[in-house]
Amino acid sequence: MIHEWHIRRRTILLNALSVGLATGAYGISFGAISVLGGLTVLQTQTLSVLMFTGGSQFALVGVLAAGGGAASAVATSVLLGLRNAFYGVTMAPMLNVSGPTRLVAAQLTIDESTAMGVAQSEEHDNFHGSKLAFWATGLSVFVFWNLATFAGAMGAQALGDPKVWGLDAAIPAGFIALVWPRLHDRRSWSIALCAGAVALFLTPFLRPGVPVLLTSIVAVVAGVLAVRKRSADVFDRSVSSS
Amino acid sequence: MSTVWMAVIAACIGCYIAKIAGASVPHNILDKPVVKATSDAIPIALLSALVAVQTFAVGQTLVIDARFAGLLAAVVALLLRAPFIIVVLVAAATAAALRHFGFA
Repeated sequence: MIHEWHIRRRTILLNALSVGLATGAYGISFGAISVLGGLTVLQTQTLSVLMFTGGSQFALVGVLAAGGGAASAVATSVLLGLRNAFYGVTMAPMLNVSGPTRLVAAQLTIDESTAMGVAQSEEHDNFHGSKLAFWATGLSVFVFWNLATFAGAMGAQALGDPKVWGLDAAIPAGFIALVWPRLHDRRSWSIALCAGAVALFLTPFLRPGVPVLLTSIVAVVAGVLAVRKRSADVFDRSVSSS
Repeated sequence: MSTVWMAVIAACIGCYIAKIAGASVPHNILDKPVVKATSDAIPIALLSALVAVQTFAVGQTLVIDARFAGLLAAVVALLLRAPFIIVVLVAAATAAALRHFGFA
């Protein structure tokens, strides 16, 4: 039994390390895009340390770089960070932490650490594996994400004119790479295409940043429709089975 | 303090509140199916809107330029299951090359 845990522990730690290294590649792009988009190296690094949630960081930088107002940049960034609240709900019973540890755990609650924690979830072992996977992945991503941000930011500072290097094309490419894994069915594609169309339609009429923010209404409509459809399906099933 | 700094700090605080809320807010609020479904949809909607705007908008005008070619190249890279950094580099290189040779 102890031997078994020894092997499992090694696997979890190796996975955490490789996820951290893989995330580092995003970090380089983030650091570079942020600095070429007009933020200082210190502002860029502050985001990776204090915000530490990739999608939101890219969004803040992207909206500011496109000339959007600070308010819509902040709102877009925070809305993208809301999903971490649900990760917190999932992880809390497995981690079972309190006090200052809980404050640190919250900061490390991101896509990668939650996914790895959930993957190791086994109730009979008191979530031993989940705890290790969450902490190891969270810390590993934190370290590599910040080192990579610094490297990207310093590298970009040396580059000069962003347009010559195609940086303006790197930003949308970054966003499509972030959304791509979430586009797995017809529903998600409809939300994506709808939101893209609404944002473009509103662009001529509103300040940069605001159209993107308003597409959260598309998300609310999609959320309501999904729940209605689900309850209709349940109703159909209960009718046909009775 | 500059506007950018204020935005950076405010967004950091907002994102941290979201993270800590998950472990603190009464679960019956976050457990509502419509809240969950909406929160699943938000990243898809916002990220897609960002793709669209960052590809076609210059301020408040819509244009088709080298960025669109970059985006198409990024999609090809994604279809070939390229990692994140390659997707970004391919898009940037495509746009830079088109500009360098005077096509865009």
